[in-house]
Amino acid sequence: MIYLSLFYEFFKTGLFAIGGGMATVPFLYNLADKTGWFTASELTDMIAVSESTPGSIGINMACYVGFTSAGIFGSLIAAAGLVMPSLIIILIIAGFLEKFRTNNYVEYCFYGIRPASTGLIASSAALILSETVLNLELFKQKAGITEIADFKLIALAAVVFALMKLKWTKKLHPIVFIAFSALVGIVFKLGGA
Amino acid sequence: MNAYLELFTTFAKVGAMTFGGGYAMLPILQRELAEKRNWATEEELIDYYAIGQCTPGVIAVNVATFVGRKRKGIPGGIAATFGLAAPSIIIITLIAAFLRRFAEYPAVKNAFAGIRACVCVLVINAVVKMWKKAVTDKLTLAVFLAVFLCASFFSVSPAIYVVLAAALGVGVRKVKEKRA
Repeated sequence: MIYLSLFYEFFKTGLFAIGGGMATVPFLYNLADKTGWFTASELTDMIAVSESTPGSIGINMACYVGFTSAGIFGSLIAAAGLVMPSLIIILIIAGFLEKFRTNNYVEYCFYGIRPASTGLIASSAALILSETVLNLELFKQKAGITEIADFKLIALAAVVFALMKLKWTKKLHPIVFIAFSALVGIVFKLGGA
Repeated sequence: MNAYLELFTTFAKVGAMTFGGGYAMLPILQRELAEKRNWATEEELIDYYAIGQCTPGVIAVNVATFVGRKRKGIPGGIAATFGLAAPSIIIITLIAAFLRRFAEYPAVKNAFAGIRACVCVLVINAVVKMWKKAVTDKLTLAVFLAVFLCASFFSVSPAIYVVLAAALGVGVRKVKEKRA
C-alpha cells in the first residue's frame, strides 16, 4: 500500500530532519534509492521547483515527491506525514510552556535563548546574502572582485533596503517588495537567463 | 469569521507569501501575526523560532502549531498547520502535473534572482527587529555575538547553542537574584 509507506517515510523524515526544510534533502535521496518511486535526477528538479515556489521548502518537496509517487492523494499524505511529528511535539511543548509560563526558570531560560536564537538566524541571513550576491566558487579560484560580486543584485538589494526605510514606502507589506523585486529581476534579466 | 477558519486562512496567506523557506517567513510572520493581528508578540516569535530550530521538522510548521495552539487549543494548532501547507499542496500539484520544467523557464529564473536579493534584505530587517527585543544588556550582546560567529564558522547543531544559552541565562539570573 503506497499511501501507507509514503506516510511512514515522510513521518520518519519529519521526525529526524532537524533544522528546517533543506535538512530533509538527504532523507529524500535515500528514499529515491530505496523505493524507486522517483529518480535522483527527478529529485534535483523537485528541489529547484520547491525553492522557486512559495511555501515552506520541506512541505513543497514532500508534496512533489508524494505527487510523483502516487498522484494527488500521495501529495496530501506525504505533506501530512511530514508535518505530523512537529505538530505532535510542538503541541506537547506548548502545553508545558503554558503551564510554566510564569515560572522564573522558564523566563531565565528564554532570557539566554533569545539572543542565541537571534544569532542563529543572523548567521543564516549572512550566509544566504553571501550566496546570493557573491559567487563563492569564483572566489576560491582567486578571481577579481568584479567577477565575484553580482553588482546588479547588490544594487537591487540596496534599493529594497532604501525603500524599506523611506517614509512613504516603509509601511508596505513585505509581499509588495517581493513582487517589485521579481519584476525587476525579469526586466533586467538578473538571473542571467 | 469562524476562529479556526481564520487561523487556516491566515497561515495559508503566510505560506503563499513565503519565498525561500523558514527564515524568509520571519518578516511575513512579524507583519501578519505581531503587527496586524496581535496573535503573538515579537518575543514569542523569537522563542518559537528558538524551539523550532532544535526540535524536529520544518520550522514554519512549528511556529504555525504554536500560534494556533495558543489561540484555539489543539484543533487551532492543527488548523494553522494545515493552512500553512495548503498553498504548497495546490501549487506543487499544479506544477508537477502541468509545468514540470517550471524552474527552468528564463522568466522564473530571473524573477527568482530578484526575489532572493529582496528576501535577504527582508530577513536582515527582521533580524534587526528581533535584535532590539532580544539584546537588552551586555550579557545578551555577548551571547548574540558568540552564537553568530560560532554558527557562521562551525557547523554544530543549533540545539547545542540554545541549550547552552538557556543554562547561561538561568545561571546568571540566579546569581543576580542572590546578590539582590
